[in-house]
Amino acid sequence: MGMQSNLGRVRGMGSAKDGVHHWWMQRLTAVALVPLLLWLVISIIAHAGAGHEAVSAWMGQPVPAILMILLIIAGFYHAQLGVQVVIEDYVHNEGVKFAILIGLKLLTVLLGVASVFAISKLAFGA
Amino acid sequence: MQTGGKAARPLSPHLQIYRPQITSILSILHRITGIALSVGTLMLTWWLLAAAAGPEQFATAHGFITSWFGWLLLFGWSVALFYHLANGIRHLAWDAGWGFELPQVYTTGYAVLAATVILTAIAWIAGLTMGG
Repeated sequence: MGMQSNLGRVRGMGSAKDGVHHWWMQRLTAVALVPLLLWLVISIIAHAGAGHEAVSAWMGQPVPAILMILLIIAGFYHAQLGVQVVIEDYVHNEGVKFAILIGLKLLTVLLGVASVFAISKLAFGA
Repeated sequence: MQTGGKAARPLSPHLQIYRPQITSILSILHRITGIALSVGTLMLTWWLLAAAAGPEQFATAHGFITSWFGWLLLFGWSVALFYHLANGIRHLAWDAGWGFELPQVYTTGYAVLAATVILTAIAWIAGLTMGG
């Protein structure tokens, strides 16, 4: 039972105040990435050596565009959670750790949004 | 006893004291491939942005990917991907409470290595055959 109060136990949030959210999102994105990555590998093989026209036409179709956006979101989310844990394990200076984590979070959002923008541009043929 | 505000407590044995085992090697490989894939995803983002920017920019990206260094990165990315994918499924099985017996840990570990080699081989044979 430990030293937690009853309220603390039912909330189940622990000292980091977000409970199992990090752990759960890492697993959820992992499950999503299994079929999405197999699709990506098959797609890359199918488009090996393809030129700009063929790739644009492929990304111009709804299903590949949607799957690619899902892959980008799940992939960058998963990468951000994973790299965060590695940094927390190996970077021991609090200030440096904090700065790297902020940079990591902002960078992954930037790269994710840039990728989704590129896919959307191809999908809508602008 | 006080050194720099911290008590001089005994330390647990350092990592280099242990003999490397398949379990520990596969564990650290999961992290290394995860970091490699995070960096490698930049190539996918670049490829998408280049395709959206136009034929010239796409040709530049395509030229890099099909250079010897690009091929090397792509090969490394594929090995890391298949390893992280296979070992990730092993992790999900553990999360579900399955596979914690020592013989199972070893069997699934070798299965992950075999799957990495087989999937990488299939992907490259298929890619090179179809790409001509």
